Amino acid sequence: MKSIKEKIIESILFTCALITVLTTLGIIWVLLSQSYSFFSEVSISEFLTDKEWTPLFSQKHFGIMPLVSGTLLTTLIAICVALPMGLTIAVYLNEYAPKGIRKTVKPILEILAAVPTVVYGFFALVVVTPFLQSIIPGLSGFNALSPGIVMGIMIIPFISSLSEDALAAVPKTLREASYGMGATKLQTSFKVLIPAASSGIIASVILALARAIGETMIVAIAAGQQPRLTFDPTVPVETITTYIVQVSMGDVPHGSLEYKTIFAAGITLFALTFLLNNISFWINKRYQQKYE
Amino acid sequence: MNNLQRNKIRDKAFKYFGVTCTFFGIFILGVFLFGIINDGVSRINWDFLTNLPSYRPKRAGILTAWTGTLWIFGLTAIIAIPLGIAAAIYLEEYGKKSWFANLLEINITNLAGVPSIIYGILGLEIFVRLAGLGGSLLAGSFTLSLLILPVIIVATREALKAVPLTTRTASYALGATKWQTIWNLILPASLSNIITGIILALARAIGETAPLIVIGALAYVPFVAKTPMDEFTVMPIQIFNWISRPQHGFTINAAAAIIILLAFVFVMNGIAVYIRIKAKKKSH
Repeated sequence: MKSIKEKIIESILFTCALITVLTTLGIIWVLLSQSYSFFSEVSISEFLTDKEWTPLFSQKHFGIMPLVSGTLLTTLIAICVALPMGLTIAVYLNEYAPKGIRKTVKPILEILAAVPTVVYGFFALVVVTPFLQSIIPGLSGFNALSPGIVMGIMIIPFISSLSEDALAAVPKTLREASYGMGATKLQTSFKVLIPAASSGIIASVILALARAIGETMIVAIAAGQQPRLTFDPTVPVETITTYIVQVSMGDVPHGSLEYKTIFAAGITLFALTFLLNNISFWINKRYQQKYE
Repeated sequence: MNNLQRNKIRDKAFKYFGVTCTFFGIFILGVFLFGIINDGVSRINWDFLTNLPSYRPKRAGILTAWTGTLWIFGLTAIIAIPLGIAAAIYLEEYGKKSWFANLLEINITNLAGVPSIIYGILGLEIFVRLAGLGGSLLAGSFTLSLLILPVIIVATREALKAVPLTTRTASYALGATKWQTIWNLILPASLSNIITGIILALARAIGETAPLIVIGALAYVPFVAKTPMDEFTVMPIQIFNWISRPQHGFTINAAAAIIILLAFVFVMNGIAVYIRIKAKKKSH
């Protein structure tokens, strides 16, 4: 009797765990099936090579590249802010800061990642863009620069926290050997610790990249809705995520080709982030094996 | 100046640079919060909390938005908490070391990295269309539950892992079954850590905007939701809607609504941290 009850409980728990697999399968199935019917009307080569994305206009073009370039541009700006800041914070907390400061600062930095992204969007549009406009004349009201910078601030804790863990995991002997040779903290950090922890740091940066690529509200609010194949950070662009929001808020009829574009855009986004997450996962796993 | 002195100066310089960087993000957040409070706090009054949406900024309120957020919060908690804890117990206590458990683990890591808007697309097809729930509170809560499930599972597993092996072996030695051990000893021992993880996950859910926009949550809902099948709006969507409007009055409204949303999120984070600290003290 006891063992039957145990078995039933185990199978209930198993079913709950199975839901996570069903979620993944659901995502892949939804994206593939809808994109399949999209690609039966639009050729893949047009999707990948056309330089314009205008599915909602009468003159329709279905080239994903303008959306991809918008996404990569804002992401690149975000990383340019977050990488130097995050890495410096990681080195400072790991080598320089007293233990008390490290313990209090880390959770405070995590708050940056807990603020809802719509709030960061407001910040980008209402505070950062007007400020940048006073420095950079000709900066458009919607642009890639302002949301990129704000997104960079948001992802600082991703890089600083994981990089700090990676630096802390470097064996003590390496650090002590370096100090024994008379090296300063700065030299030890940049010539010994960072190279030794490089794979963990790279993994954290890739994770932050994936996060920035998938970020929606900041760019939807402050980057504009004009798909444009450009790397000029001062003009309005549109990201993949913004396009999906734009279609969702309009009244595009269900089942139309315009409607299916969000799945084609979605699968592109999913493929990008999936690839980056797995590279990060793989690098991290190899790195862990090295020191254990 | 010799090499040694130069290196020492560089070392000092970097230290100050590090302090600057560390407090830069926090400083920016502080400046921003101050700005928002300055803009919005005078707009918060009883009418703002109890008025329906309006095209006139001065008369518009957030009644439908905050009640929608409370609905979403409650429904998501009811759906996601039991599922997440059960899945985590299976992974941590039962399914260890099989190829399937390995697959589940990689899968959850991947799900945690899927952009939230993709969950919106999933919810749109599965819950809104296939299950026929429409743009209802229930469809929104199911979507957000799937979104935060990986977060709850990871946090719960960490909490279960922290229970010492001696607790288990002692229980087994007394003849308890596996489930008795889990239910009577392991769950109570890890409860505060589990609750911390769940609160943080729910705080994330109520700040989400993009997936709910995709499943069709509306910006303009002129009534308070009464059942889980009603259409809805939430605070972040209301804020997004107001930000997108050109009139200055709506920007002020957005700032005021942000204050309330942030108060909600920060209080939840604060409670989570408090429980964590208290639990740590108890275990020492």
